[in-house]
Amino acid sequence: MTPAIEIQSVSKNFGTLKALDDVSFRVEAGEFFALLGPNGAGKTTLISAMAGLSRQTSGHIRILGHDTISAAYLARKTLGVVPQELVFDPFLSVRESLRFQSGYFGLKHNDDWLDELLEKLGLSDKADTNMRALSGGMKRRVMVAQALVHRPPVIVLDEPTAGVDVELRQSLWAFVRELNQAGHTIVLTTHYLEEAEALCNRIAMLKKGKLIALEDKTKLLAHSNERDVSFKLSAALPDALLPLKVRDEGQRVVLRLPEIARIEQVLATLREARIEVREMTVIETDLESVFVHMMQGGKA
Amino acid sequence: MQGFYTLFRKEILRFWKVAFQTVAAPVLTALMYQLIFSHVMARHLEVYPGISYTAFLIPGLAMMSMTQNAFANGSSSLIQSKITGNIVFLLLSPLGPLQFFAAYLAAAIVRGLVVGAGVIAITAWFGMPLPQAPLWIFAFAVLGCGVLGALGIIAGIWAEKFDQLAAFQNFIILPLTFLSGVFYSIDSLPPLWRAISHLNPVFYMIDGFRYGFFGQADVSPWLALAVVGSSFVLLSSLGLWMIKVGYKLRH
Repeated sequence: MTPAIEIQSVSKNFGTLKALDDVSFRVEAGEFFALLGPNGAGKTTLISAMAGLSRQTSGHIRILGHDTISAAYLARKTLGVVPQELVFDPFLSVRESLRFQSGYFGLKHNDDWLDELLEKLGLSDKADTNMRALSGGMKRRVMVAQALVHRPPVIVLDEPTAGVDVELRQSLWAFVRELNQAGHTIVLTTHYLEEAEALCNRIAMLKKGKLIALEDKTKLLAHSNERDVSFKLSAALPDALLPLKVRDEGQRVVLRLPEIARIEQVLATLREARIEVREMTVIETDLESVFVHMMQGGKA
Repeated sequence: MQGFYTLFRKEILRFWKVAFQTVAAPVLTALMYQLIFSHVMARHLEVYPGISYTAFLIPGLAMMSMTQNAFANGSSSLIQSKITGNIVFLLLSPLGPLQFFAAYLAAAIVRGLVVGAGVIAITAWFGMPLPQAPLWIFAFAVLGCGVLGALGIIAGIWAEKFDQLAAFQNFIILPLTFLSGVFYSIDSLPPLWRAISHLNPVFYMIDGFRYGFFGQADVSPWLALAVVGSSFVLLSSLGLWMIKVGYKLRH
């Protein structure tokens, strides 16, 4: 099957700055894919190149098989992008914005779908309001709707929930999930790692223009071998284990093990010291800690 | 075709929603020029035999207003879209370069023609004779607006800030339109200035346009048509090329 997005050795230089450095990966059709990385990692540069807003210095990008440069027209018809920056046309109302956007995509009678979009995004009662009169969150919803006027099979959301209230975040994600279930491929970048963790199947991480990880979410989480284990003990922690201690939590003590297999050693040490383990919990790693760990230069 | 038509309609709507500023204001300005210049000059000057200065002024003022507004339409729309960032919605769409360019150009021509019609309608009362050659009038009106409309698109894409665009407007467009024989026949100029005026394409627009009204002008309408027509082709090709390669639009 043709991948939804194929990125092949893409580099982008701005003068001497390498914003993207030989990035390659594929997003399969129907995936829910997250692109993570700190500010300046190259996420938006990559999305701009996918969308044809900028041109890569070298390499190829294909959207459902359409090259973004040699078949730009088809690539753009296939792709729906919600840009990161909050932009709008101050001359237009919400409905006008959507109607014009439909027209740019060559669509004439699109009102049924537009009404559906307005309803799903909670914009029905704002349809005839001028864009200027909307709050930031509302404008963001309109941008999402604008990206979807042509029912694109591949949807890219560049930090759609930055600066948006909780209610919108939840309703937006419910809608995006619905689109994914209906067969649309979704790529999102976000700073809220719990969002990526909750929504996505696969995750790519960029750092300084380079792809540093590309994994199934579960694998990526498993990759981080370090585990924190919380113990409730019958006596104080023996000296031999002090170097592993991270913190106390009330009556408990938290140890950080370089890998979970070391637990055996820890238990043996405790047995030797005749200390009883009353409770023990392995603290699951979350994406955030994996992310921070990798960005600090550690390997997955 | 739908893409072109949509963008064209949006551009028309954009200036029509602020028609006071984009149509009524230039018409009023032209009326002021007409009132003041005809009052000051009418008794002293007859440029063409049998044609009063007041009547002579009308086509020139109309063409000057048309070209300035055709330029302003595309240029201000593009720079606003660039600065506010909403041009991204166009760039994300599959609109081809020709549709993109043609829509902005057509809207600029329409704005120029609407302003021109307004100026003619309001200044005709000063004693405009019946037009001699309406086809020439129409041809130069459309082409004149086309040339400046294309130049406006180029300037709008090129400029990154409002003051760059203002500089373009004040240091290029304004001198070109003012020093083009709006207020005088360039035959009355000293030879050097006459020669320089002959290099100004706006002169040919006004001269050809005036020929349509009076049946007489400084140069042959065919020469004027050739100059204006080739300016149009040249500037349109440049504008189209800029959009095609994404000059200052796609980085």
